[in-house]
Amino acid sequence: MTTAAGTPSDRSVLPATERYTVLGWLRRNLFSDLLNSLLTIVALAFVFFIARLLLRWAFVNAEWGVIPANFNLIMRGQYPAVEAWRLWLIIYLLGAVVGVMWRLISGQFSGAARVLIAIPFVLMLIPFFSMGTRLNLLITAVASGVGYAIAGYLPIQRRGRAAAYLLLAYLLVMLILLRGVGAEEGPMPPVQPILWGGLLLSLLLAFFGITLSFPLGVLLALGRQSKLPAIRVISVVYIEFIRGVPLISLLFMGQVMLQLFLPDGFPLVDRVLRALVAITLFSAAYTAENVRGGLQSISRGQYEAAQALGLSTYQSTMHIILPQALRAVIPVLVGQFISLFKDTTLVALVGIFDLLGIARTIIANPDWLGTQPEVFAFIAVLFWIFSYSMSYASRRIEQRLGVGER
Amino acid sequence: MSENATAEEIIICQDVCKWFGDFQALKDCSLRVKAREVVVIIGPSGSGKSTFIRCINRLEEHQAGDIIVDGIPLTRDVRNIEQIRSEAGMVFQQFNLFPHLTVLENITLAPIQVRKMKKEEAQETAMGLLNRVGIPEQADKYPGQLSGGQQQRVAIARSLAMSPKIMLFDEPTSALDPEMIKEVLDVMQELAESGMTMLVVTHEMGFAREVADRIVFMDGGEIMEVGTPEHFFTNAQHERTKLFLSQIL
Ligand SMILES: Nc1ncnc2c1ncn2[C@@H]1O[C@H](COP(=O)(O)OP(=O)(O)O)[C@@H](O)[C@H]1O
Ligand SMILES: [Mg+2]
Repeated sequence: MTTAAGTPSDRSVLPATERYTVLGWLRRNLFSDLLNSLLTIVALAFVFFIARLLLRWAFVNAEWGVIPANFNLIMRGQYPAVEAWRLWLIIYLLGAVVGVMWRLISGQFSGAARVLIAIPFVLMLIPFFSMGTRLNLLITAVASGVGYAIAGYLPIQRRGRAAAYLLLAYLLVMLILLRGVGAEEGPMPPVQPILWGGLLLSLLLAFFGITLSFPLGVLLALGRQSKLPAIRVISVVYIEFIRGVPLISLLFMGQVMLQLFLPDGFPLVDRVLRALVAITLFSAAYTAENVRGGLQSISRGQYEAAQALGLSTYQSTMHIILPQALRAVIPVLVGQFISLFKDTTLVALVGIFDLLGIARTIIANPDWLGTQPEVFAFIAVLFWIFSYSMSYASRRIEQRLGVGER
Repeated sequence: MSENATAEEIIICQDVCKWFGDFQALKDCSLRVKAREVVVIIGPSGSGKSTFIRCINRLEEHQAGDIIVDGIPLTRDVRNIEQIRSEAGMVFQQFNLFPHLTVLENITLAPIQVRKMKKEEAQETAMGLLNRVGIPEQADKYPGQLSGGQQQRVAIARSLAMSPKIMLFDEPTSALDPEMIKEVLDVMQELAESGMTMLVVTHEMGFAREVADRIVFMDGGEIMEVGTPEHFFTNAQHERTKLFLSQIL
């Protein structure tokens, strides 16, 4: 079980016949001596034992019927079936946007884009998905390809900026499609956020939690370093307060207290939005601490060189300090965002039907008594697919940016 | 101070004092530098050489005395500070290039952001400067891919891109391997010959002898002696100067 198998030195001392054969590899790596052989056998036996249990359960005992029967609920909660086309449109557009972005900012983005584009294909492999769903996923993948191809013909000068505008425009369109506009009888009737649920809601909470908390966290991190005492104190107090309380208490506070802070006559904020506010405020404090780590890694010489060139504080922050600080903390930030994605399941405890909340309602249904393992295993796989994609994408981005190579 | 300043004098330091806490790093330092003049500052480690030139572009704040750069008095006024900084380029011992930007981006950043120059124009200027410092082929590399000598030449080009009237050098060759020192000194010599006003902290006595118009000797936060290279190397006045020169030569 050594890892030195591929080093040139140990290759050169082996007889030629043993170098590349499977048996040779096995002998060198798994059965090099008595202890190693023993460990290999014990480990294999253990893996085999667990795998057999799992496979037997999955293929013989499990009652998978619960998943297809509740499929739509798991995917989109109470979002009305007649409006589901809006969700697919959102997903098609996302595919197209990813394709365009891939072309526009291929330098930094291609690793991540490849992952995003792989997701529909991976999802298609999941059993239980109907042919219609698979077709929709295929269309999404095709949309990516089309976006990529079309973007090649666009005469765009400032690609980074164009990509940012595209993303903003997409967010706007997405919100409109999701929320709906106009009258109840119109073509796109409003769907209240409380009806959003399941995987849809989990992804939305995570996505907006991340995108809203990120700039707030960066501002707090900069605020903590500010020369102005007032800003510094506010930042520190905020960060330390939030980090001192558990997310679940913020979620409860959000449900009961947010309304107290808003001005009189402010329309009642939806439960889901209240949860999103709590998640955002929570995540921002952690982002701030992580970004601070990055800021501290930047040498004084960088600040001085920027000053000596006449850059203003704002310019040096935007062009010199932040790009380097953020790059240095990508791995930590992605780790934080993956936890955030999983932590959104806590909203189930304040009566919101995200993936976990939906799972709980399904297993509480007398028709599906005793199906906890199936339901939880299924949502675990869904969480795993998205979490793993995020960490894989981040590793690709890191490689692209050469983090740690400097 | 300014009343007896001639138009020729581009840097005027009068009785500049600087404290770090209780420790006085600069004691009544006075120096006047004419346009196109090359002044080399020498002195033992810790004598305040870096602190002195860093006061001139306000990387350090002096607490007493006056500093006037190209007619602009250095006060707390942020506009004055920014103006002086864009007129005085600085080259550091550790290069301080921006590692996340290519060589070309390192050079064009300040002209585009501070001078609001068009990107194409800035790039053209940058390529001209890279030619001048002898490494046009490195434009698209990152600083980490260059040798120390090449990095320092990029740093010089980066400062020159702001068309400064003054260049400040703080031991520009001290972090370099011996075989790379000459390539940087050559660039500096060419710059001096082109008429740039330069203030150079260095231990390179050959450079001082050949290029400097005047040499300043600092010790213990004071300017002990100012004179031509010839004066220094033949009949230095102060004992401390003689001691220092005997140690370094
Ligand atoms: N930021 C600082 N804080 C405290 N003391 C400093 C600081 N910078 C420099 N000094 C002190 O000021 C003196 C002069 O430093 P410096 O100008 O760097 O000397 P030189 O460049 O001649 O070697 C030294 O004694 C040094 O320890
Ligand atoms: Mg020094």
